[in-house]
Amino acid sequence: MVIHTGAEAPPSGARADAGAGRPGRTPGRRGGGVRGVRAHTYPYWFYVPAGVVYGLVFLVPTVVSFYFAFTRWTLFESEFIGLDNFRQFFSEQALVSGLRNTLVYAVVTSGLKVVLGMLFAVLLTGPIRSRGLLRSVIFFPVLVSTVAVGITFSVLLQPDFGLVATVLSKVGITPPDWLGDPGTALLSVALVDVWKGVGLATLIYIAGILAIPKDFYEAVDVDGGGAWTKFRNVTLPLAAPATFTVILLSLIGGLRSFDLIWTMTKGGPGFSSDVIASTIYKTYQAGFFGLSTAGNVVLFILVALIVYPLSRYFNSREVQS
Amino acid sequence: MRTRTLRRASLEIVAVAVAVVVFVVPFLFMFLTASKDEFESADLTFALPTEWKVLDNIKGVFDARDGMLFTAFRNSIILTVVSVTILVVLCAMVGYVIQRRPGRAATIANALVLSGLIIPPAVVPTIWVLQQLHVFKTLPGLILVEVAFNMSFCVLLFRAFVAAIPRELDEAAMIDGCTGLSLFFRVIFPLLRPVTITVILTSSVFVFNDFVNPLYFLPGDENATVQLTLYNFMSQFDTQYNLLFMNIVLVTVPPLVLFIFFNRKIVAGMTSGAVKG
Repeated sequence: MVIHTGAEAPPSGARADAGAGRPGRTPGRRGGGVRGVRAHTYPYWFYVPAGVVYGLVFLVPTVVSFYFAFTRWTLFESEFIGLDNFRQFFSEQALVSGLRNTLVYAVVTSGLKVVLGMLFAVLLTGPIRSRGLLRSVIFFPVLVSTVAVGITFSVLLQPDFGLVATVLSKVGITPPDWLGDPGTALLSVALVDVWKGVGLATLIYIAGILAIPKDFYEAVDVDGGGAWTKFRNVTLPLAAPATFTVILLSLIGGLRSFDLIWTMTKGGPGFSSDVIASTIYKTYQAGFFGLSTAGNVVLFILVALIVYPLSRYFNSREVQS
Repeated sequence: MRTRTLRRASLEIVAVAVAVVVFVVPFLFMFLTASKDEFESADLTFALPTEWKVLDNIKGVFDARDGMLFTAFRNSIILTVVSVTILVVLCAMVGYVIQRRPGRAATIANALVLSGLIIPPAVVPTIWVLQQLHVFKTLPGLILVEVAFNMSFCVLLFRAFVAAIPRELDEAAMIDGCTGLSLFFRVIFPLLRPVTITVILTSSVFVFNDFVNPLYFLPGDENATVQLTLYNFMSQFDTQYNLLFMNIVLVTVPPLVLFIFFNRKIVAGMTSGAVKG
């Protein structure tokens, strides 16, 4: 009972060992007495306060949304109208383009965060003297209010006299009207989203890269491989868990993204940068509560269809490797 | 060998320069515009002000619209402090039991925690529930929302940390006659201090910066949070760029201060929470 090697295990191991770590007591643990002790020490009612708040404010709305999405709803009374809301959702051009924009936005932002996050992380784990400073500089935007970032960049990206346009035209490039052109508005907002969020991806990658044992890199050295071989054959495959995390996090964030789009373009020009989350807000403001809730259900299904299989796949890959 | 070091050094200089231009210039632009007078700020150029008007603009932005920004800061501080306090206590309790008592209840709780991370909240039904509770458009209602929506992330952080605390401590305390609440708050909770600080820092930043939930659940201009008044400021006063950007600077200062003092803690919280999720 005195010597516990299991207790000194690192945090991740401790969870797995928790049950098996104590010799001698294991047979009795299922007995009534011990169960009573567990109930005293780790009482289930500790779940109750958190559960009440979570249940009332998150679970109940999520569940009832599947009813109200099929109704015409004034918040006080509701009338069941079947699939009408969804039919409207998929027949109005504005709402359909919102669905497509949501996917584009989520894929573009998470793709760029993976590529740039990986690139920055490789640079910042290398022998660079100023890496502490650079890490902080890249990460800080993550902590800044989205509204502040949105306003600042809509000023910086203004055509003609905005800072970005001024600089680009000095080098001889004619910049597009970033936010004013329907063809570029959504992508411009996505780029700002990447600017704000790439710091988190970078840090997740840095943590992943630092966890790779040095031996692997030394093995490449012995074989005479260069920096590219190291990246291609060691860093990239062994940082895969970090890649999975970055992809999942930025997809979850990108699919429900609203605040940056709303502060920068309000979904415009026209409906060119509308996403599902902004149509939910617009239909809510217009008083179509049932339609707005149907938008929420569509978003829920979209997130579930994309994120759930992806995380299952990533988990199985991680178990294999 | 020398050309290689030289090449490496110049590469580093280029990397630093690009990073500074891309990631620091926007913040400098905020600050410079916030320091100019009304006419100069309207140019929106990246230049030093001819006259530094920092204090005048701070006064100006607080005076604007009958001192609404005071109310907004008061509301945001109350919202952040109360939500984070509740989050810390509730999530520490959940994280402790969820980790210590595996079984069907823990499986269900873990599934709910993951759902909270993934599922986008249903907006209008939440308003409907808050209305039934008579807290729609009130600060307590918004606090409930912030607690519920940030709960999953905080539980994950606590759960991971509890796993690193040896069970022998619980048993020792039990033998001394501690059970339930007193065991938790006298023995375990003090041990959670490092992760508690991390949770306080990260969730403070999340709640303080939140825009979407105040927009839906505490709308209006009179009694809003700082993010909402900043947003409304943009649409109402788009000629006074100096005051608009001073407002932006004031909203950016609290996270900046936290970041300067607790850089490591915040980074640890955000990355470990992310990786465990």
